[in-house]
Amino acid sequence: MKEQLKIDFNKIQEVSNFSNRDIEIKKSYLNKFIENGFPNRKQENWKFLDINQIISNNISDLSFYNDYSIENKIDPSIFIDDLEHNKIIFINGRVEKIDFTYEDKKQIEIIEDSYTIDKSENNNSLIDLNIALSNKHFKILIKKDYSLKKPLIIYHLSNEKMKSKNINLRLDFELEQNSSLKLIDFFSDNSEKNFMNIFYNFNLDRDAILKNYKIDKSLNKNLKYSFNNIDQKQNSISETFVFSAGSDYFKNEINCNLEGEYSSAFINGIFSLDDNKQHEIRTTINHLVENTKSYQLIKSVLGKNTKSAYQGRIYVDSKAQKTDGYQLSKAILLDETSEFNAKPELEIYADDVKCSHGSASGSLDDNSIFYLMSRGLNYKQAKGLLINGFLLDVIEKITDAEIKDLLKKMIGLKK
Amino acid sequence: MKEDYKMDTREKNIENLKDYKYGFTTDIENIKAPKGLNENVIKFISNIKKEPKWMLDFRLKAFERFKLLKEPDWQKPKYPKIDYQDLYYYSAPKSMKDKPKSLDELDPKLLETYNKLGIPLQEQARLNGIAVDAVFDSVSVATTFKGELTKHGIIFCSMSEAIQKHPDLVKKYLGTVIPTTDHFFATLNSAVFTDGSFVYIPEGVKCPMELSTYFRINASETGQFERTLIIADKGSYVSYLEGCTAPMRDENQLHAANVELIALDDAEIKYSTVQNWYPGDENGKGGIYNFVTKRGLCKGKNSKISWTQVETGSAITWKYPSCILKGDNSIGEFYSIAITNNHQKADTGTKMIHLGKNTKSKIISKGISAGFSDMTYRGLVDINSKAKNSSNYTQCDSLLMGNKCGAHTVPYIKNKNFDSNVAHEATTSKISEEQLHYCQQRGLNPEEAVGLIVNGFCKEVLQQLPMEFAVEAQKLVGISLEGSVG
Repeated sequence: MKEQLKIDFNKIQEVSNFSNRDIEIKKSYLNKFIENGFPNRKQENWKFLDINQIISNNISDLSFYNDYSIENKIDPSIFIDDLEHNKIIFINGRVEKIDFTYEDKKQIEIIEDSYTIDKSENNNSLIDLNIALSNKHFKILIKKDYSLKKPLIIYHLSNEKMKSKNINLRLDFELEQNSSLKLIDFFSDNSEKNFMNIFYNFNLDRDAILKNYKIDKSLNKNLKYSFNNIDQKQNSISETFVFSAGSDYFKNEINCNLEGEYSSAFINGIFSLDDNKQHEIRTTINHLVENTKSYQLIKSVLGKNTKSAYQGRIYVDSKAQKTDGYQLSKAILLDETSEFNAKPELEIYADDVKCSHGSASGSLDDNSIFYLMSRGLNYKQAKGLLINGFLLDVIEKITDAEIKDLLKKMIGLKK
Repeated sequence: MKEDYKMDTREKNIENLKDYKYGFTTDIENIKAPKGLNENVIKFISNIKKEPKWMLDFRLKAFERFKLLKEPDWQKPKYPKIDYQDLYYYSAPKSMKDKPKSLDELDPKLLETYNKLGIPLQEQARLNGIAVDAVFDSVSVATTFKGELTKHGIIFCSMSEAIQKHPDLVKKYLGTVIPTTDHFFATLNSAVFTDGSFVYIPEGVKCPMELSTYFRINASETGQFERTLIIADKGSYVSYLEGCTAPMRDENQLHAANVELIALDDAEIKYSTVQNWYPGDENGKGGIYNFVTKRGLCKGKNSKISWTQVETGSAITWKYPSCILKGDNSIGEFYSIAITNNHQKADTGTKMIHLGKNTKSKIISKGISAGFSDMTYRGLVDINSKAKNSSNYTQCDSLLMGNKCGAHTVPYIKNKNFDSNVAHEATTSKISEEQLHYCQQRGLNPEEAVGLIVNGFCKEVLQQLPMEFAVEAQKLVGISLEGSVG
């Protein structure tokens, strides 16, 4: 793999026009990645699902080079049509279109090729890989006091041309004071056996609001990793929702730094898995100052041969008095081959805090099934009704009515 | 103990705080193995204990393995590197070389020590009806109540005696729960363990009294490596108590014990610990490193193992009393109170491994941290795919006093069986102003108020302790938190 990486890295540098300084930085990250390789289960954060093993089992001859010179055809049938929206379209990792039709162009700035530095200093080799190999990346800046009129949907599409490839994507978002953004990540794949590595960096200034919805619904045989880093200033709010179902492997990591007083973070997630799928959500909420709040709710429904994992960490600094932190994860195991893992972790250094977590897993309640069947539903309907009710709880947490409806329709909870 | 209660408890407590009650040393001549860890030291220990060859082989096998192992470093409380070559692995009171036959033959100085500890062996033997085995430094010095126990066919003796007199039982069970190939500290113990308690309860016998061991580290620069093995045969029941103290010393001392419990069909073992090793002074100097491996195997059907622990001492506590629920319908329980004050650190919790059908486990953990201390609950609940219809309930609550301390919860939950239910709850909070105000209004001073609230917080666990221990534990809870309010 090492040789392949170096060859592909050089190929990428040949076709793109990075500055020397950028190339140097990228090189240092590449070396870091080569040294550490893909993360494996020996690392605490990868204990439950070992990406190294999953990649080697699923993808042989992973290649890191993508030819971005050829334009891909956009298939408009894929677009979500019940909702007016702005678009960014990625096909096979290439930006095909950036379209902010509904917005005031003066209020949004798209900065190309912004300077690459990973300030989070984490020991995450996938971020190293991302920085080393990602093509040009964009920074989207939303100016002071501007709220986007319509949501922005980022389409992550892929077609059959792509196979055994690694794609590295990166986007930065800067939300200035009192601005707001609704962002939907929509995944749809016509390819298989690729590894996609997505890295978003959000910077929320005072009073800014970010709502990010990630929808991975269409069935595919790709492996995906997504990392969201969210830095939050005073009074800002972030809401992240993950619907994790379609890919063979999907790990969502969300890292929230609550740096300003009265800032809050909400993370809600659904795993709806069947047929050999392995998904994970890992969250880290760092409460760094007083009066911050976080809330997390993760629910799983697990079918045959599936595995889901939730690792949630709440860190409360000794300065962060009056923190309110809450975590709840629940799982329904439908088959004897399904597996649920959780590690809800609290790390607390301040005494005037309210932190709690809960986790529960088990099978569908027999009494409830009996109740519904005695009222004339068949087993399948009864089961479906119970599962929908279980998941609806999470969907109801979505604060945007329009998007809530859209999601309900997608999942089949509403006609 | 009764006298203590007549005294103004508060005054007494403050006295205790100034001076760790068990901080005295006893001037007794010791026989020590040469400093350091090598094959010769192991042979020395084995030789001085007149052990059979299979025992020496067991130790050497463990030592071979130990040489390959690396000291783990994933735990939360970090500690300065221990130089394993700079420790004495065997230290025994000289007068014990020829073992006394009865209590009357014991060195009077030793008896005095135990009196100071509040375990007057003779008196206790008469009054309380608890059989006591006392381990001083590394050697078991006296076991009371032998006659009564023998009548029931119960074997309760020191490990060395068991190796001599009941080699078949020891050979059959030793190392079956904690094998010689286990982790770093357990393997070290397998290689150099010096003594400990051995209990065998025969089929169908309910042990008529509580069995108890008192551990004490006396000599300096010694590690204490005791090994306890308890076997409850079919349909039997035993309740076992363990208490620990050590003198005040500036250097840190290592305590790496192994405890193995085996419950066969329908048997029940209740294991209670009140751990009050010297925690170091208020600046974090000295104190015991308590790195203990405790593991119980519910081997038979319908068996039950219950761990109860009150951890107030030690500079660093790092242990996870675990249950392997192998037999169908077996039950594992874990009740814990851990209190850290000043610079103490604790990383404790449990592991419940469900292998058999219809197995149940319950975890109640209460952590209290004050001063500059750090407390971590780390637990694993693992439900195997074959463990149909199993269930677990976990509750871990933490109480913080002050913003210089930390409380952490790291539970691992693995559910591989769709018939099984796992529920986990955890909360972290502080003592509310209202509660304090309410108590103070009714005439309690702040410290008494905190003591009362904390005892209420811990009640669920204290209830699990046998009567005699519950009183002591309740007192300890109060003492450990002295000076943390304000």
